[in-house]
Amino acid sequence: MENYDVAVVGGGVMGCSTALYLSRNQMRTIIIDSGALCSEASGTNAGTLTLNMTRAALIPYAIKGWELWNSTEKWLHSSIGTRKVNGLSLAFTEEEEELLYDRVQARQAMGAPIKLISGKKAQRLEPGLNNSVRSAAWCAKDGFTSAYLTGHAFKRALTQENSAVMEYSKVKGIENDKNNFKIYLENNEHLIAKRIVLAGGVWLEDMLNWLNVKIPIKCLINQLIITERMPQVMKTVLSIANGLLSLKQFDNGTVMIGGGWQGLGDKERGGVEAIPENLKGNIRLACHVIPELCYGRMVRVWLGLEAETADALPVIGNVPGISNAYVIGSVHSGYTSGPYMGWLLSQFIMGQETEMPLFDPSRLIN
Amino acid sequence: MTKTYPNDIQNVDLVVLGAGPAGVAAANVASQEGADVVIIDENSSAGGQIYRAPPNEFKPHDSFKSDEYQEGEKQRKILKNSNVKALFKHRVWSISSDLVVSIVGPNGLSSCHTRSLIIANGALERIIPFPGWTTPGVIGLAASTILLKSQFVLPGQSTVVAGCGPLLIAVANGIIKSGGKVSAIIDLNSKSDWIKASPRLLSRPDQLFKGMSWFANIMKAGIKIYGGHAVTNTKQVDNVLKISIAPINSAGSIILDSKYKKVVEGDCLAIGHGLFPSTEITRLLKAKHIYDPHKGGWVPLIDDDFRSSIPGVYIAGDATGISGAFSAVQKGRIAGMTAVRDLNLMSSKKYKVKIKSERTTLKKNENFGKAAVILMKFRSELIQTITSETIVCRCEDVYRSEIDEAIESGARDMNQLKAWTRCGMGPCQGRTCSEAIEAILASKVGSRELAGQWTGRTPFRPIPIDQIIGEYSYDDIPIPKAAPL
Repeated sequence: MENYDVAVVGGGVMGCSTALYLSRNQMRTIIIDSGALCSEASGTNAGTLTLNMTRAALIPYAIKGWELWNSTEKWLHSSIGTRKVNGLSLAFTEEEEELLYDRVQARQAMGAPIKLISGKKAQRLEPGLNNSVRSAAWCAKDGFTSAYLTGHAFKRALTQENSAVMEYSKVKGIENDKNNFKIYLENNEHLIAKRIVLAGGVWLEDMLNWLNVKIPIKCLINQLIITERMPQVMKTVLSIANGLLSLKQFDNGTVMIGGGWQGLGDKERGGVEAIPENLKGNIRLACHVIPELCYGRMVRVWLGLEAETADALPVIGNVPGISNAYVIGSVHSGYTSGPYMGWLLSQFIMGQETEMPLFDPSRLIN
Repeated sequence: MTKTYPNDIQNVDLVVLGAGPAGVAAANVASQEGADVVIIDENSSAGGQIYRAPPNEFKPHDSFKSDEYQEGEKQRKILKNSNVKALFKHRVWSISSDLVVSIVGPNGLSSCHTRSLIIANGALERIIPFPGWTTPGVIGLAASTILLKSQFVLPGQSTVVAGCGPLLIAVANGIIKSGGKVSAIIDLNSKSDWIKASPRLLSRPDQLFKGMSWFANIMKAGIKIYGGHAVTNTKQVDNVLKISIAPINSAGSIILDSKYKKVVEGDCLAIGHGLFPSTEITRLLKAKHIYDPHKGGWVPLIDDDFRSSIPGVYIAGDATGISGAFSAVQKGRIAGMTAVRDLNLMSSKKYKVKIKSERTTLKKNENFGKAAVILMKFRSELIQTITSETIVCRCEDVYRSEIDEAIESGARDMNQLKAWTRCGMGPCQGRTCSEAIEAILASKVGSRELAGQWTGRTPFRPIPIDQIIGEYSYDDIPIPKAAPL
């Protein structure tokens, strides 16, 4: 029954980076996860670091996050295979072009270094492209990581900072007890911490419920597809105007196809199964964009969970009405901005002025 | 949610996955009871591994027509004359929880909606790595049987046959019978291990007699047998494999002292360390599994009537635990009858009577099979042969040292180990390396149960993308509504 300055419940990118920055600031920190660190959304997402798919309001945060992922050696002391490449969001029809123009303008207004270019120019940046592409949004600040390496990197970094890491431990409830929080574990033990950070991704709604705070959070079930290693067919990160494709080839030759096509599942059971028709649609779209992909073989499909609030904007800040309790999550394309969001919250917890505004959860309580 | 494809099969009573002895028996018995049955197999005809048919174009010479070939022909004929709809050269690549089976075949994608499902996907061969195991010329014992039985090809000019269990004798005998040369047999089991297993073999005197006659062929050919030995290294020197072997002591350790090392030679090393049940499909379906070394490893949990933990899903054959082709037939028949009984296509009275006689035969055949399982059981001493410089996952070139480092830095379960090292992420999806990696992890975390299994993923085998997409235009793609801006 140890005492901590702060207990972070949920070991994804946001929980891990919050814990990391807090422990670097001499807080006695523990991070608890029901499984392994970054084994849900933070380890199973497509690893895309793109502004072309980021919500306009989150662009400034995503740029900061993109910079952090491109310098993991500095703050995480290890590499997770980050690659900086050109990003293109494509339009193949007139409607898509209109959508693309609108979205580019909105993102540019928020500071995204995105430019509209012709289909011909897009093909020069990405020779593998289908030549029916009409125009594209080009962003040089794009790229990807190997998301599955995230957990290993954070575990090493947290351990080095003397933050306690408690994996495979399910929290079953939290009690707000005067100046402390009692965190009950499934094995009937409990921990005591002065502050808590709830960082449970799609399970945030249940966690907030422990403190009688009701904020509905939707659970998306994203399908992801990886091919066998194949000769180089592309060198950029590709998307389409409406955001329903993410496509990239890793250094080892495997191609990842994603974009948020839905599978079956829920937060109780996790990802249950892929929907074959949606796999086919997603792969057809990818092959339309990069025709040479059809010579590859699909090797593995998995499901990644994504949390979304009613207004599809994050919850980052105080748990409404409860001092010393904080929440972080539901960030759209949250992997990209995740480490920056963690850093912002750590500033807030330490009583500093945050570099950018947080996202007050109380707006979501009716 | 699942859309129908043009060549959809709707409202089937039973789909059987795998047309080996268990699958064929299950499909036939269910069909005889009036069920509408579809059997699916990626091969071009029925038989499974044990009765694998030669390609249709092959006209085998009489001398190749072994007992197994005859039995296979018999099963293929029965299936052909039944009402079972057989989909050969078709691969199942996904199964939904409401039992929609997604299939890919020569004509692209299709699906089959079924009320029940029997999984009879058999076993996989365990090969525990050792330095040099990825050298050209080193192949599996099971792969060797395919070459011999189905392709009529010798695995090498001069083959060293190594590993354990009945396949060792079957492959050596098969090579001799086909006119090839076996340069040595390296058996993990000692003479006393075989003697210990022999009482169970008496439950099928006919098979014991067959095994003894194979053994007599081996003795007659004057082949040197190294009992109680393991292969510890293989090196290729000018087209010759120099295979180092070492004795196993009574405490179950390989004696790696160079004093005891011997070197045998050949241009091929056929090696296998036993069979283990195939669980790719049951893991995808999230069926409950248990680790049972007496059944060959991880097996889906089943009741006495071969029902899995998932309603409507039954398991048959070696997939329920290794016990061989003879018992696979009864396992298939019981699973098939249980499925039709559960669909109310068979009276409870008839079911009880029929099941009883199957169980008696199963017990006898299973007893015989258990002897083989004892000889093929996983031997933890084999982990000794996986040196730090040995590749463990050959799809992704992951070395033992990387696995050890990951465990050292805190990887505690199979999925975490996979994420940190890429082991099991390649085209074979871990079928080749899972046993070795689980064993290494289990030796550190305490048990196979704690190490866990890799999460099952679709597709079970790599699927060519052009087969998935077919002909289409951009307008056909049902692109979901735009993500929020």
